[in-house]
Order: sequence, then structure tokens, then C-alpha cells
Amino acid sequence: MSSAKNININLKIWRQKNAKSKGSMETYKLDNVSTASSFLEMLDQLNEQLINEKTEPIAFDHDCREGICGMCSLYINGRAHGPDTGITTCQLHMRMFKDGDTIFVEPWRSKAFPVIKDLVVDRSSFDRIQQAGGFVSVNTSGNTIDANATPINKNDADKSFEAAACIGCGACVATCKNGSAMLFVGAKVSQYALLPQGKVEAATRVLNMVRQMDEEGFGNCTNTGACEIECPKGISLENIARMNREYLKASMK
Amino acid sequence: MAKSALLKSSIGKKYWMALTGLFLCLFLAGHLAGNLQLIFGDALKFNQYALFMTSNPAVKLLSYLTYLSIIFHAVDGILLTIQNKKARPIAYAMNNPQKNSSSASRNMAVLGTVILVFIVTHMVNFWAKMHFDEKMPLQTVRIEVQPGMAQEFYITTAGGYMPKDGVELKNKTDLIDINAHVKVGEAYKDLHKITFAFFKDEKYGLIFTILYVLAMGVLAFHLLHGFQSAFQSLGVNNKFTPALKTFGKLFAIIVPLLFAIIPVCIHFNFILKH
Ligand code: HEM
Ligand code: SF4
Ligand code: FES
Repeated sequence: MSSAKNININLKIWRQKNAKSKGSMETYKLDNVSTASSFLEMLDQLNEQLINEKTEPIAFDHDCREGICGMCSLYINGRAHGPDTGITTCQLHMRMFKDGDTIFVEPWRSKAFPVIKDLVVDRSSFDRIQQAGGFVSVNTSGNTIDANATPINKNDADKSFEAAACIGCGACVATCKNGSAMLFVGAKVSQYALLPQGKVEAATRVLNMVRQMDEEGFGNCTNTGACEIECPKGISLENIARMNREYLKASMK
Repeated sequence: MAKSALLKSSIGKKYWMALTGLFLCLFLAGHLAGNLQLIFGDALKFNQYALFMTSNPAVKLLSYLTYLSIIFHAVDGILLTIQNKKARPIAYAMNNPQKNSSSASRNMAVLGTVILVFIVTHMVNFWAKMHFDEKMPLQTVRIEVQPGMAQEFYITTAGGYMPKDGVELKNKTDLIDINAHVKVGEAYKDLHKITFAFFKDEKYGLIFTILYVLAMGVLAFHLLHGFQSAFQSLGVNNKFTPALKTFGKLFAIIVPLLFAIIPVCIHFNFILKH
């Protein structure tokens, strides 16, 4: 990119040796960062500098680096996935920052997402919520029915698809003042509740997923709406309302 | 499991917050209609309303529901807030929540606690006097019985007048004829007088008025987030939601504003009728 230039930045980054140690914010200086590089490339550059200085590089999560896997995280300058909207951290670019900026980089903060090392948190609590009910039971012994054989209302199919766009990154939890996972769980419940295939197990699904969510130590929803704004996939608060309806229906049974 | 889920689960607690919160909104509307008599009605109208509120059986039932709702809403709200604090044991070194949420929505517990303190002092100042105070004044009028000679009368609930020096009091409001020793009527407790004295008090009237107005400001912020939030908690989020949000904002501003105007009018004497 022709408009790219190099900037010098200061970084305040959370360092923590392992899950048991205490951890603290450490300050780093990094010069000659191209504004065309991504945020994670900037961290790679910092890690090279740290390795050259014979210090431990900073651990952070990432995988696809193209905004689809949900592996990257990071609370940057007080916001989940940084100052840009509708993106994951791997899609954040250094052109969002100015020469001389001080950038805070912290891990997701949640009781249910304990820090493993530096900026890496353990998000297996999301997996356990999924395992509690985020599926449909189908017989796969050779006679699976084609999903398209069941007619589905277009509006429901679209809404289910939008809910299914959730990549399980955990930004909703990280940004919520209550560390609530309701946007994630709402999306996972909605994705199935809207489809005929998902209706069969709808009641047990929502009861079990919410029970698991509570057991993992996530907070409650105060409807502040922060999650919807910071979610990289634009998951709507409607999904939380749908989960609340499903939960009420299921509890009355 | 399903039954306890409605009480103990995160979502169950929110249903109760929402239901009690919305019921309290209805209560506010009713309470406001009564209070407005203080500036638009006369003393008798207001005292009649106060008597109705403390004696009518249906209203009594509603008022018990209101007490229960306040207690349940406050206890549940505090429990939720404690749980929510526990869900983030380590705070962020740098946090920018004003980029994604309103300050009212982030401070519901603080706003609610101020409202709770207000409700308790408000009940001590007015409700307890109306219910339990032995020295609660009764409504009287001075009528000129002969030219140049005025006499004090009690106004009775039956719509008549009883000369003050012809009766004695029993059970706070029963009027007993001093000669015949029979009950000849019942007087009104003068809540109107108490209220005016409170906000016109030489020393503290202005402070009470200011505190009252501030408390209504806090209530407005609580409702600015709370009203629409309750519907989301109950699972209502559909094509009517934008209209509902607008109504909620209007409710949150107009109701506390009208409440706040009353003590201001009393203190500064902008009263239509006495
Ligand atoms: C007339 C008085 C009150 C009214 C009309 C009222 C109304 C409401 C409403 C409608 C909500 C939204 C419920 C929801 O999000 O589902 C709410 C939330 C809340 N209220 Fe009140 N409230 C009142 C008094 C109080 C008091 C005395 C407290 C005491 C602590 C309190 C604490 C809270 C809290 C903490 C929340 C947020 C709960 C959450 O995390 O979602 N409120 N209120
Ligand atoms: S709802 Fe959005 S923010 Fe939350 S986990 Fe899914 S994609 Fe991430
Ligand atoms: S690394 Fe896959 S979404 Fe960022």
C-alpha cells in the first residue's frame, strides 16, 4: 500500500508465566512498525525483537488470521478485538494507530476464561456449553436424510444462518461488564431453535446449555448491549431474547 | 429442575427482575396520579385519595404486592450484581465501556441502591406517619359561623362538618360526641398538611426539595435503561421494539419529571388551589 508509513509505538502488555503465577502489565517499545501490517504481525515483530534480546516471546492465540476461526482474542486499548468494529483482532490493522501511541494489550478477563499464559486464555468452557446441548441428534448410520428435504421458511433459515455466524471467539464475554456469555449461548440456542431439525430437542437443549453456562461462572445479562457492538460477526441481541423465550417455554414444561 | 430453574438460574432471576420492575412502573404511574392532586386538586381531594389508598381492600392488595416487589427486586438485583462482579475477578487495566454501552445500563445497581434509600426515607416521612403516627393531624376548616366569629370544624368522611370543640377523638380518627358519647363521624388524616409542612419547612424545606428532585433524576436514569431492558429479559424483541424503546424513554423522563415538579411547586408556592 503506497500510503503505508512506519510508526513507533509503546506497548503495555499483560505478561503471566503460567495459569498459577500472578502476572503484571509490562511496557515495551517497538519502532518501525508499518501501518500496513496487521496487529498480530506487529506482535510477531515484537516477539522477534524479544527473541533477539533473549527474552521470552509473548504468547497469544491465533490460527486462520483471516477472521473466520475465532481463535484470536485480545483486549486492545480497553476494547475487545481493538478499536475497529465488526472484525476480529487478526483483521485489525496498525493504520488504526498513530505514531507515539501507547497501546494496552490484555487477555479476555473472565472467571470462566482463566489465563493460561500471557494473552492466552482457556475457552474450553464454551466447548462444554456446546457439548451440553449445542447439537442435533441424527442417525448417521448410512441413512441420513438430506437436510434440504425438509422445507424451511426463508426468514427462519436466514435468522438461523446469522446466528450460526458466531465463531465462539468470546469477545462478548470479554466486553460485558458482567462477563456474561448470553450472546454466545443465545446464538447457539437460536441457530437450532429456528430450524425444524432443532425443534425436537429444543427444551432440553436450552435448559442444559444455560445450566452449564451458569456452572462455568459466567455472569448474568443486564442488557447493556455492549456484546452486540463488539461482536465481530454482528450477532444480534434478538438471539438473547429468543433464548429467554425458549428458556421460559422449556421451564414451564 | 425446571421449577428451581425459574428461581435460581441466571435467566430465571432476570424474569423476576423484569416482572417486578415493570410492576413497579405501573405503581409509579398510579402513585403519580394521586400525588398530582397536591398541585391540581385541593386539600380535601388529596386527603380523600390518601384515605382511599390506605383503606380500600383492592388497593391494599396492590400495595402489599408493591412492598413485595420492591423487596424482591432489590434483593434479586443485589444478588445478580454480586454474581456479576464475581464473573470478572481481575479488572482490565484499560477499559473503554463508554464506546459500547450507556452509563445508566452499567450502573443499575448504584442507581437502584439510591432509589432504595429514597424509598425508605420517603416511607418514614409520609407512609409511616399516615399509618402509625398517633399525633397525625386531622383536616379541619375555619368557618365563620356568625359575622366576626369563626370556629374550627372537622371535615367528616361522610361529607359533613363537626365542630372541633363538640367532639373528642378515639382510634385516631373517630369523632365522638362529648355529650352523647356516640360516634358521630370520622375525620380525614391531613396528609396534605404534613406534605406541605415538610417541603415548606423553614430550615430544611429547600434541602428536602432538592434531594427529592435529585432522587427523581436517579429514577429517570434507572428507567431509561430499565424499561426497555425488562422486555428484552422477558424475551420480547420484535418489530414493536423500536416503538417500545421510544415509549420507555418518554416514560422514564416524563414520570420522574412530574413527580419532581410537585415538591418544587409546593416549596415555591406555585399552587393552583389550597
Ligand atoms: C420504583 C422503583 C423501581 C423501578 C420502577 C425499577 C425498575 C426496573 C426495571 C424495569 C429494570 C429492568 C429489569 C430487566 O432488565 O429485566 C430494573 C433493573 C434493575 N433494578 Fe430496578 N427498579 C426500581 C427500584 C430498584 C431498587 C430499589 C433497586 C435496589 C437495589 C433496583 C435495582 C435494580 C438492578 C440492580 C437492576 C438491573 C438488574 C440486571 O442486572 O439486569 N431497582 N429496575
Ligand atoms: S457472539 Fe460474537 S462475540 Fe460472542 S463468541 Fe460469538 S462471534 Fe464472538
Ligand atoms: S485468527 Fe482466526 S479469526 Fe483471528
